[in-house]
Amino acid sequence: MTTLADAGSDGSTLPRIDRLGVVIAILIAGSLALPFVTFRPTRIAAGTGLRLFDALPAVVAMAVAAGLVAALVTAVASHRPVFRLALGALALAALALGAGAAGAFLTPADNPYARIAPASGFWVSLFAGAMLVTDAMVRLKLGPVGRLVALTITAALIAALFASGAWSHLSLIAEYRSRADVFWREAGAHLMLAAGSLAAALVVGLPLGVLAYQVRAVRDPLINVLNIIQTIPSMALFGMLIAPLGWIAANVPGAHAVGIRGIGMAPAFLALFLYSLLPMVANTVVGLNGVSRAVVDAARGMGLTERQRLFQVEMPLALPVILTGIRIVLVQNIGLATVAALIGGGGFGVFLFQGLGQTATDLILLGALPPVALAFAAAVGLDAVVELSGKGAA
Amino acid sequence: MIRDMIRPGNLLRLAVFGALLAFLLAPDRFAGLLAPLTSNGAPPIYHQSSLIDLTLSHLFTVAVSTLAAAVVAIGLAIFVTRPAGAEFLALSRAVVNIGQTFPPVAVLALSVPAMGFGEAPTRMALFLYGLLPIFENTLVGLSTLPPAVMETASAMGMTGRQRLLKVELPLAMPLILEGLRLSAVIGLATATIGSTVAAKGLGEVIVAGLLSGNLAFIVQGGVITGVLAVLLSDGFQAVARYAAKKGGARPQTGA
Repeated sequence: MTTLADAGSDGSTLPRIDRLGVVIAILIAGSLALPFVTFRPTRIAAGTGLRLFDALPAVVAMAVAAGLVAALVTAVASHRPVFRLALGALALAALALGAGAAGAFLTPADNPYARIAPASGFWVSLFAGAMLVTDAMVRLKLGPVGRLVALTITAALIAALFASGAWSHLSLIAEYRSRADVFWREAGAHLMLAAGSLAAALVVGLPLGVLAYQVRAVRDPLINVLNIIQTIPSMALFGMLIAPLGWIAANVPGAHAVGIRGIGMAPAFLALFLYSLLPMVANTVVGLNGVSRAVVDAARGMGLTERQRLFQVEMPLALPVILTGIRIVLVQNIGLATVAALIGGGGFGVFLFQGLGQTATDLILLGALPPVALAFAAAVGLDAVVELSGKGAA
Repeated sequence: MIRDMIRPGNLLRLAVFGALLAFLLAPDRFAGLLAPLTSNGAPPIYHQSSLIDLTLSHLFTVAVSTLAAAVVAIGLAIFVTRPAGAEFLALSRAVVNIGQTFPPVAVLALSVPAMGFGEAPTRMALFLYGLLPIFENTLVGLSTLPPAVMETASAMGMTGRQRLLKVELPLAMPLILEGLRLSAVIGLATATIGSTVAAKGLGEVIVAGLLSGNLAFIVQGGVITGVLAVLLSDGFQAVARYAAKKGGARPQTGA
C-alpha cells in the first residue's frame, strides 16, 4: 500500500509537510516547556521539577536542545527514512546523555541522599523520539536479519550506557546499586519462571497438540478447557493454586523436598505452565492443519509411515506457526512472571510491588522496565526467527 | 429457538452464574465450605467490605475503561483506514504491536508515578492497554473486507459514510467484538492487580488473604474473579456468534 508520505517524494516543487512529523514536532516542542528532571533531597521526599536549561550547564543544555530541534525539523521536513532514523536516534542519545549529565550536575557534593530522576519532559521527548525511530524503521521495511541486527545494536547501546557510568547519578541506578545482588537474583528467578515454564509447556504442549490434531474427539474439549484456563486472571490462578500445592506439600511424601510449596515459585511456575498450554496446543493444531493435503498425500505415496510423515513432513512445515506459539508464550510469560512476586515467586515483580508499597517511583521503574524490555526483545527476536523459518520451509 | 436455549452448555452457564450470585449475596451460608481452609480460627469469609460491592466496583472499573477504550480505538482504527489518516497506518500498526508486548502489570505500575494511587491509575492502565486489542481487531476487520463487497457498495452509489456505517462496520463487527472480549478479559485481570495500588476491587480479597496467610480469602477471591472472567468472555463470544450469524457469511479468519 502506498502511503501519502511516499507520494511526497515524487519531485513536486513544494516539500509536503509530514503530518506524523507535525505530531512528533509538537510533542518535542511541548516537552521543552516541561520539567526535564526532578530533584529530590531524599529518596521519597517531594520533588522539584527542573527544565532543561535549569538542570544542565548552559552549553550542555544547548547541545541537548540542538539535538531535539534537529529531530523536530527532520520529522516535519524530511521524508527520507534514513535521515529520520538517524536524527531520531540522535535525539534519543542526546536525551539519554543529557539526563545522565543532569544527574551529575545537580547532585550536591554534601548530600548523597539527593535523587535526580528524569521527569515528564524527558519522557515525552523520549516517546516522540521513539515514534520517529519506529516510523522510520517501519518505512525502511527491514528484513528479519536487519531487525535482529537493529535489536542487537540497540541492546548493546543500552548496555554501554549503563556500563559507561553516564547514568550513575540518576536515581534509578542508585536504586539498582543499593540492591545489585538481589536484582540479579530476581532477574534469574524471572527468567527461570518465564523460560522454564515455556520449556515445560513445549514438552507437554507439542505432543498434546499432535494428539488434538490427530484425534478430533480430543481437540474441542481440550482447547475449550485451555481457553478457560487462559481466561482466568493471573492473580486468581496464582492464588487458587496455593491451596492444592500446599496440600500436596503437606501430604505427599517427598513433595516438599523437591521444592513444592503452597506459596513461592511452585504455584507461579505451574500457573505460567498452564497459561502457556493454550498457545502451544492451539498453534500446533493450526500449523499441522495448514499443511497442504497434497504434500501429505505425496508423502504417503512415497511410502512414508505415519510417524515419518509427522516428523519429516508435517512438523517442519508447521514450524513457523508453532514458533509463533512459542513467541506468544514467551512474551506472555515474561509479563505474567512479574505478578508471581505477589505469591512469593520472585522475579522483577519483587521490586515493582515493593516500589508500589513504598511509593518509590524509582523502585517501581526498576521492577517494571526490565520485563518491558525483555518482552519487547523477545517479541522482536522471535518474530524475526518466525519469518526466517517461514522462508526456510517455503 | 427454545430448544437452542436449553442445551447442556447453557444450563451449565446458568448454574455457574447462579452459584456465583448466591455466594455473592449470602456468602456466610458458604462459610462451612471454606472453613477447612482457615487455621487458628481465622474468619472463612471476607468481611472488610461486602463481596457484592467489591464485585460491582470491579466490574464497573472494567466496563468504564473498556467502553472508553472502545470509543477511542474504533475511532482511531476508522481514521487510519480512511485516506486522511493513511499516513499514520503503518506507524499505528507498529505501535500496537509493540504496545501489546508490554505486560499489563507494568503499564499499571508505571501509571502510578504519573497519577497517584487509587482508581485513577487502574482505570488509566486498563484504558491504555484496552485500546490495543480493540484497535488491532477493528483494523484487521476494516482492512480485510472482500474487495467485491466494497466495489458493489461503491457501485450502488453509497457515500463513504454510508459505506462505513452500513457495510464496513457491520462486516467487521465479529472481529471488533473479539477485540472487546480480549480487552475486557485483560482488563478484569489487570483490575485484580489494581488492588495493590488501592483500587477497589476483588483483588483486595486475594491480597488480604496473602497478607494474613488466610487461604480461604485467597480461594474465594480467586474463584470469584476466575468465574467472572470466564462468564464475561463466554458472554462476549455468544454475542459475537450472534453478530456473525446476523452479519451474514463472512469467512472466519482465525485471529
